[in-house]
Amino acid sequence: MSESVNPVRKDLDGAATTTQRPSQAHFVADPSETPLAVVDKVNENEAPSSLWGDAWRDLRGRALFWVSAVLILLVLAVAFFPSLFTSVDPEFCELRNSLGEPQAGHPFGFDRQGCDVYSRVIYGARASVTVGMLTTLGVVILGATIGAIAGFYGGWFDTILSRVTDIFFAIPLVLAAIVLGQVFQDGKTVMNVVAVLTVFGWPQVARITRGAVLSVKNNDFITAAKALGASKLETLVRHVVPNAAAPIIVVATVSLGTFIVAEATLSFLGIGLPQSVLSWGHDISTAQTSLRTNASVLFYPSAALAITVLSFIMMGDAVRDALDPKARKR
Amino acid sequence: MVRYIGRRLLQMIPVFLGATLLIYAMVFALPGDPIQALGGERGLSPAVADQIRAQFNLDQPFFIQYLLYLKGILTLDFGNSFSGQPVIDVVARAFPVTFKIAIMALIFESVLGIGVGLVAGLRKGGIFDASVLVVSLIVIAVPTFVIGFVVQFTFGVKLGWFPPTVGGDTSFESLLMPAAVLGAVSFAYVLRLTRTSVSENLTADYVRTATAKGLSRGRVVQVHVLRNSLIPVVTFLGADLGALMGGAIVTEAIFNVPGVGGTLYQAIIRGEPTTVVTFVTILVIVYIVGNLLVDLLYAVLDPRIRYV
Repeated sequence: MSESVNPVRKDLDGAATTTQRPSQAHFVADPSETPLAVVDKVNENEAPSSLWGDAWRDLRGRALFWVSAVLILLVLAVAFFPSLFTSVDPEFCELRNSLGEPQAGHPFGFDRQGCDVYSRVIYGARASVTVGMLTTLGVVILGATIGAIAGFYGGWFDTILSRVTDIFFAIPLVLAAIVLGQVFQDGKTVMNVVAVLTVFGWPQVARITRGAVLSVKNNDFITAAKALGASKLETLVRHVVPNAAAPIIVVATVSLGTFIVAEATLSFLGIGLPQSVLSWGHDISTAQTSLRTNASVLFYPSAALAITVLSFIMMGDAVRDALDPKARKR
Repeated sequence: MVRYIGRRLLQMIPVFLGATLLIYAMVFALPGDPIQALGGERGLSPAVADQIRAQFNLDQPFFIQYLLYLKGILTLDFGNSFSGQPVIDVVARAFPVTFKIAIMALIFESVLGIGVGLVAGLRKGGIFDASVLVVSLIVIAVPTFVIGFVVQFTFGVKLGWFPPTVGGDTSFESLLMPAAVLGAVSFAYVLRLTRTSVSENLTADYVRTATAKGLSRGRVVQVHVLRNSLIPVVTFLGADLGALMGGAIVTEAIFNVPGVGGTLYQAIIRGEPTTVVTFVTILVIVYIVGNLLVDLLYAVLDPRIRYV
């Protein structure tokens, strides 16, 4: 590679020999002999560095990323395989154990109904994580589609879709969820809660996607794709959306935590998950009455919820920093 | 400027119509018969039930009901609640309390959030910065109602510094604790926003220029760094006023505050369209006006932004 001759330099050399005195020629060193050679050296076989590749290299060096990744994996393991972590039945409650102190096999003690707190915390993870992940999925699909169409096609699409986004944005999430929750009053399921949160949670993703698409769509590579004959839809799906994905991923990670809190809030108000589903929100809500006598009944489910939410927020923070070249550590 | 405000106010109309229609439709879709529920266990005779339905226009199809409601609003007649009270009276009782809490929460979160965020941003990477970040993350991750229980129990019951519940006494002192709990999560957001924004602006060219021309550190920070860092924070605060009033429902339930949340919750359970739609509409208007104020504040903070 260093042998590839720079045509510009050849010209210069030629010029130097004809118009300048020969003694001056040695002032122009061959680049392969100067320290510049190291700088100029490009490994042409290496894959070109991409935003995602750089971000991944940056993420690997961050403690925050590893801490949150381990926590998220732990929470997911607990949510999908709760029986690995406890052999106590969370629904088996004996009133004589009511508000009992921790003992062997029951490290967190018992709640007012005499149920094992540790086992309820373990089994409560599934509802929260399911609601958080499914809602985030729904919100990203709905919000990113609407935002991308509004930003890319512009014009009337944009005007109408942006106003619709405003309408949904202006109605407070919890209030809307209370009204919609009433509609689903009979036979409420986890999917109902996911649907309610999705219907009123998408505007934020839509706005961010719209902004990202607007900033991407005027780039030269989009013009190039158009010039090569790509249809509008193809340009949007293959070129615009992948390049606008970074902010969407960040907001999705952070809002996963927010949706888990929202689900707990709804369960606290008595309009979230049905009583038959074990969830941290219910347990925190019922622990309210035991706060004065045994605060640990409130503490453990709250702590579990907080750690879960925290791990997703920290992951979002780490990914945001890694994807933002300005904030990247040098 | 006037034209800009006029255009923004015009843009409010479709949002207003859409939001009222959406809420009206959701309340319309509520299961059960709200009029029969009024009669309790004995139920109402069909004649009486029909009369009440006609009185509240509930015998009309959905769109006619909605249009009649809109017509009422345009003549400033917000209708009556099922118990016969004009909705406007219910609004006049509930909104001032919630508005007071929301404003107190807003002041609390902006003063403390910007203050602490500024100090943390100026000393990024230090001990203070790190501990503040950890605390803010915990505040965001713990649900408001848990913070509410713990604060109520610690400061209200155990230490007895503040009255644990508000009830009928809506004085400044008794609203202090609910307002702090309500603003806690937003406080953490304001803090983080300010910190990031300040630490970013510290390395900006105009800050170096200001230092180079001999301004004192205090003046550089106050006039150049802080003022430019406030734009994202102000954006957040403007949108937050509406969110605080709508989100006060949990805090109001914990501290037994006779505000918007409790009244609205009861109205939703009763399936009372007039009250629910009016309340939510006012919340939507507060949200839109808050955002408009933010956009106008931009021009004050950044003279480069002008509205024509």
